[in-house]
Amino acid sequence: MSAPAASGRNPLIPLAGALVAGLIFGVGLIVAGMSNPAKVLGFLDLAGAWDPSLALVMVGGIGVARLGLLLGRRTRRSASGEPFHASGHRPVNRRLLVGSALFGIGWGLAGYCPGPAVVAVGAGSLAALPLVAGMLIGLWVRGPRKAD
Amino acid sequence: MSIAWTAFTPGSALAGGALIGLAASVLWLVNGRVAGISGILGGLRWRPGDRGWRLAFVAGLLAAPAVLGWVAPGIGEFAPAGQGSAEVIRLFVAGLLVGIGTRLANGCTSGHGVCGLARLSPRSLAAVAVFMGTAFAVVFIARHLIGVGL
Repeated sequence: MSAPAASGRNPLIPLAGALVAGLIFGVGLIVAGMSNPAKVLGFLDLAGAWDPSLALVMVGGIGVARLGLLLGRRTRRSASGEPFHASGHRPVNRRLLVGSALFGIGWGLAGYCPGPAVVAVGAGSLAALPLVAGMLIGLWVRGPRKAD
Repeated sequence: MSIAWTAFTPGSALAGGALIGLAASVLWLVNGRVAGISGILGGLRWRPGDRGWRLAFVAGLLAAPAVLGWVAPGIGEFAPAGQGSAEVIRLFVAGLLVGIGTRLANGCTSGHGVCGLARLSPRSLAAVAVFMGTAFAVVFIARHLIGVGL
């Protein structure tokens, strides 16, 4: 949990870090074209005129995120003083598979995953509003089974 | 399968992806947190002692279109508003499935698809295989078997 950092560093650092990260994340999604569900569906439509762009978004994202992870291995704590909150290596279980299947159905029905949906609301896209409403209900109706 | 060369945007896809990876690195190195959007949103309710950085991240996401529009006008496409109640219901039901599914699976395209795969997590690999597989199947059934536009 995020009790105040033991090192007593400036409490604004995590807020600034998260704000900047969210901003860059959103800009990245828009630049990549992922804020447009039609483009995402173009990737998901393997049997139609297939747009492979989303695969390259993942390649770029995974590659650069990996560099960040490797950099983080040099220190015990993050810059804000918070420890690294990594989810442990839990097994692949039914919950993960069922949840991912439900998510995939929803993603395929609309072309929105959580990040682009929030960004689209920020852009004033009315199409994303009912989706985000449903998503927040889905996320908030039941808590996580255990603290993780 | 035929590749839609006119729709394919490899340069901006890689550049946008790299920015997403940069954002994930910033959140990891500064906050020690995984940039998983569904987890960040879910935690707004389930981790009440921990709202500040989550709200800041969501504020950044929401501000991104305006900031990008100011720096580089003309970049970015968004969907037109849904037409009719059937469209709104489809979007709402899709959202419910996205929310419930990512809550159960503890992650979505960002947490599992980008951050989890970057960590070489077997759970994330399984999650990505399943949600991509089902999404491919849903679009195939809708567009090519039933023949609805989506």
